[in-house]
Amino acid sequence: MPAATTTTAAPPPPPLDFKNSDTIPVLPPSKHQPSLRYPSSGSHRKTIYDRSLSRPPSATSLPAFAYLFNTLITYHHAKSGSVSDIETRLNRAGYPIGVKMLDLLLYRQAAAAPGGFGGAGKSGASGARPTRLLELLQFVHGTLWRGLFGRQADALEQSTTKKNEYMIVDNEPVVNTYVTIPREMSQLNCAAFVAGVVEGVCDAAGFGTEGVSAHWAEGEEMWPGKTIFLLRFREEVMEREEGLKAGGGGG
Amino acid sequence: MASSSKAARLGEEVWKSRVDKINAEVLTLTYGTIVAQLCRDLTLPATANKTDYAAVNAELDRMGYNIGLRLIEDFLAKSNTGTCSSFRETAEVISKVGFKMFLNVVPQVTNWQGVEGKPQAFGLVFEENPLAEFVEYPDDGRAQDELWYSNILCGVIRGALEMVQMQIEAHFVTDVLRGNDTTEMRVTLVRYIEDEMPPDDE
Repeated sequence: MPAATTTTAAPPPPPLDFKNSDTIPVLPPSKHQPSLRYPSSGSHRKTIYDRSLSRPPSATSLPAFAYLFNTLITYHHAKSGSVSDIETRLNRAGYPIGVKMLDLLLYRQAAAAPGGFGGAGKSGASGARPTRLLELLQFVHGTLWRGLFGRQADALEQSTTKKNEYMIVDNEPVVNTYVTIPREMSQLNCAAFVAGVVEGVCDAAGFGTEGVSAHWAEGEEMWPGKTIFLLRFREEVMEREEGLKAGGGGG
Repeated sequence: MASSSKAARLGEEVWKSRVDKINAEVLTLTYGTIVAQLCRDLTLPATANKTDYAAVNAELDRMGYNIGLRLIEDFLAKSNTGTCSSFRETAEVISKVGFKMFLNVVPQVTNWQGVEGKPQAFGLVFEENPLAEFVEYPDDGRAQDELWYSNILCGVIRGALEMVQMQIEAHFVTDVLRGNDTTEMRVTLVRYIEDEMPPDDE
């Protein structure tokens, strides 16, 4: 495991080709006139544009979430033919959340950092996007989990057999709190929804995956709900990581 | 009003001591995926991607109804409230205990119509709406006139009250997402459902 040292001498970026910059096509201004209406009362603005994004999220009840999650599962179950079909649909439902959570969490990190926006420091603290695999995994395991569930995930491991596979372990996924799986579908793990969120984060950060999936950990007595999120990164991501490692002085 | 502050105290107490909590954003985002999915799935006949917003409203209401049928039991067990003596009290309990307990918000009860024994209706004005955080309607010229984003809440109230012998009708009349200055739901009491004997009961 490379240690999280900060001295990374990144290779210089390729020089910009200014000679040809006027060939970049400029789109003509769009004729579209937005027609959305917003509340008008000045003293009492309530739109999302008036609210601070870095405001800490408030709390709501776990049962309310459970009712909604149940509704989501029921909806997709009714439209699915198989267990893997349900999991795919739940994964797709979570995916766009992940894409947005990456930006939101990085924005909040930057806003909360001592130096404020653009403050110097390690990536992560400054709100920079994770660019190395380990940073990304720590972001998912720590920042994402804390942002969603108020605690970090329970373990982060690399597969012993395949180097592009990583596992994030949650002993007791919050989303499964009130979920019971019927015997004939025992393979189904509804945390596939969270796997979708993770996949969205990885993709949005530029770490393409062949999929993120949620699996029950076998033979666990202490944590019956223990779930393993399997992240399978694409070959090109691993190659890029190798390249960065070689060129970046061990990172 | 005495019953109002009593309800408020009860709501606070239940929320503080008897409810497991979760980050409200997880709820917001999960609800968002449900609505977005419905908007993709329910399209107008013979179109590929024109959402049938009326169908989305109806489906959200139906989903809420199914939640309400089950939620009432949880509500009664945790809050320990007895039978309400009037529809006014019902309104207070919904706002200050029900919404507080499940969503950690307290919509304001306003705009009363009718008196005891006559058709009665009240409004619930949402100062905060955890379901609608982060929400931006598509600029398709229709969503703002047709979609009631939080319609699931109408169904929840309808389903829950039906289980305690009240038939009601609920719908949103304004929503800040539509450009209105407030978000308000109207709840109208249709009738109290009498205990009906099963047909073949001797």
